[in-house]
Amino acid sequence: MSATTTEPLSYLDNTGDDPTVRARLVVGDNDFHAVTNKVCGIVESPQPRLWWVAFAISSSLTLVLLAMIAYLVTTGIGVWGLMIPVGWGYAIVNFVFWVGIGHAGTLISAILFLLRQRWRTSINRFAEGMTIFAVVCAGVFPGIHVGRVWFAYWLAPIPNQMSMWPNFRSPLLWDVFAVGTYATVSLLFWYMGMIPDLAALRDRAKTKIRYYAYGLLALGWRSSNRHWHRFEFAYLLLAALATPLVLSVHSVVSFDFAVSIMPGWHTTIFPPYFVAGAIFSGFAMVVTLVIPVRRIYGLQEIITKRHLENMAKIMLATGTMVGFAYSTEFFIAWYSGNTYEAFTFMNRAFGPYAWAYWTMVTCNVLVPQVFWMKRFRTNTILLWIASVLINVGMWFERFVIVVSSLSRDYLPTSWGYYRPSIVDILTFVGSFGLFFTLFLLFVRFLPIVGMAEVKGVMPQAHLDRPGHRGHGDYHGDITGTEVLS
Amino acid sequence: MSKTAEHAGLYGYLASFDLVDEFLVAATRVRDAGYTHWDAHSPFVIHGLDAAMGVKKTVLPYIVFVAGLTGAAVGILLQWWTNAVDYPFLISGKPLFSLPANIPIAFETTILFAAISALVGMLVLNRLPQLYHPLFANRSFKRATDDRFFISIEAVDPLFDPTTTRELLESISGRPIEEIEDQP
Repeated sequence: MSATTTEPLSYLDNTGDDPTVRARLVVGDNDFHAVTNKVCGIVESPQPRLWWVAFAISSSLTLVLLAMIAYLVTTGIGVWGLMIPVGWGYAIVNFVFWVGIGHAGTLISAILFLLRQRWRTSINRFAEGMTIFAVVCAGVFPGIHVGRVWFAYWLAPIPNQMSMWPNFRSPLLWDVFAVGTYATVSLLFWYMGMIPDLAALRDRAKTKIRYYAYGLLALGWRSSNRHWHRFEFAYLLLAALATPLVLSVHSVVSFDFAVSIMPGWHTTIFPPYFVAGAIFSGFAMVVTLVIPVRRIYGLQEIITKRHLENMAKIMLATGTMVGFAYSTEFFIAWYSGNTYEAFTFMNRAFGPYAWAYWTMVTCNVLVPQVFWMKRFRTNTILLWIASVLINVGMWFERFVIVVSSLSRDYLPTSWGYYRPSIVDILTFVGSFGLFFTLFLLFVRFLPIVGMAEVKGVMPQAHLDRPGHRGHGDYHGDITGTEVLS
Repeated sequence: MSKTAEHAGLYGYLASFDLVDEFLVAATRVRDAGYTHWDAHSPFVIHGLDAAMGVKKTVLPYIVFVAGLTGAAVGILLQWWTNAVDYPFLISGKPLFSLPANIPIAFETTILFAAISALVGMLVLNRLPQLYHPLFANRSFKRATDDRFFISIEAVDPLFDPTTTRELLESISGRPIEEIEDQP
């Protein structure tokens, strides 16, 4: 491109703001084949050294997680820092943290799909994968938190030796169903969207193992339009089903707190506040992962700066919502005239856990405000640092909610100060190992960009004749192919 | 009349296209010629192709709706049976069965049943998994998942004729028409 170009959106920079020009979502000189080559190439060529280093670290940390779980199960829940009055510690904090992160994938794949946000195509596979791995990590914690893990099946409505059923009016059981449904539906959504791309890997396979493995997973997909028709419908239906689901999951998680009578927990703001926080943290994690991946695997032309910028804008919006929720909580604590509620909030901000509270406020409310400036949205290093800080802040948010309320409730005689044990900390660190191990395996073996969807939003996918604008959907201007309602 | 005997060993013809425009026009031509056993293959969804091919709207939404209702009923009945009938659970003097407390789980089972039926229904209606298909034997067809568009007309179509069908495809595609064998 010469410098004299007058086009507002250049070939390589698609971060312009001119609403009359539809921004390119794949920049550079890429055709359909180039997209296939780039995305399949990640799986087909040997992994860079960095992948092996990362895998060595993350799989070692996974072993730490397994060792800590083994120690917990063989010794008992006393190895954690739990005490009275803080009976919910790291396990619940980590559970809520990971479930929250797991919200971005379905948000991107379902809500942004229904809102016709075409930029989602480059990052949705990636985010959905991340969602599933985060939900796996989340599922570990309540499972081991029950103490006697061999009785974890009591959570499910399975006839057992005591002839007892679980109490369906308990939010803890709603949680089992909400998270279980969410994990299942996310997995279905992820897999279904991947079928055409697995077929692409099958068709490029050079070895027998690859051919049969991807062939089996692709279920014999042959790109038939009669199949695509039902596929599209199924995708739309799943998006429509997953949209209320994704909003329900963190609402139900928040019920675990809101339905109790603990000061600081018993508030009606919790469901929307938790959902906003979940989307916030989920996008932060997507950004944290996608920035190194796009660089290492050379995907800058598919996951463009515009994608990163859009995610930064969502983080700004949801981060501000979270900040608003923090201040609303404070206001209501005062306005309600409830002494205990007011005390809890003063205690959060100025009590023994003030350090955690102000870490949370700094990372979640102040840090995302930098995204008002374009420089911070498009500079990948600054964006990455901000996203990591947001992840930290969101973990502290859950820590503040869980621990500060429990440690000082109604009776001053039963106050306490919770400190995690080394086992708590190593279990948490180990869960990152599990998350990154699964993620690295995903990058290694599966298509991390939804090729079929990205191709559909490329300019070449649209009619490009005189008289046609060349973007957007097909409008039925070939005689006989009018799009019927 | 058994067409399979007439064109023994022939699955059909395959024409290929490079551009979306050509592909859409070609699909309307095949549709207007009256073929019924034919298909269009593209690496991604092309909007307008359903109309160009005359594909009827799928019944999948109805299946998913019924599955969702089933899920809701299962969720409610499960909670009613377990907590109010089989093992009455009296907690804080609350009613044994009250809808508000049972909504979250009924909602989750609705979504769960509907979502599973959407995926399974899509696969069953598409007759997938079908790991073998005669088209897979064709080397150039491998690009159907990459960057090329194809139209296949099957020999079992009542209108299929080795000469006229080939002529039709040749008139709409700039590339040689390939024969697809029925045997692996």
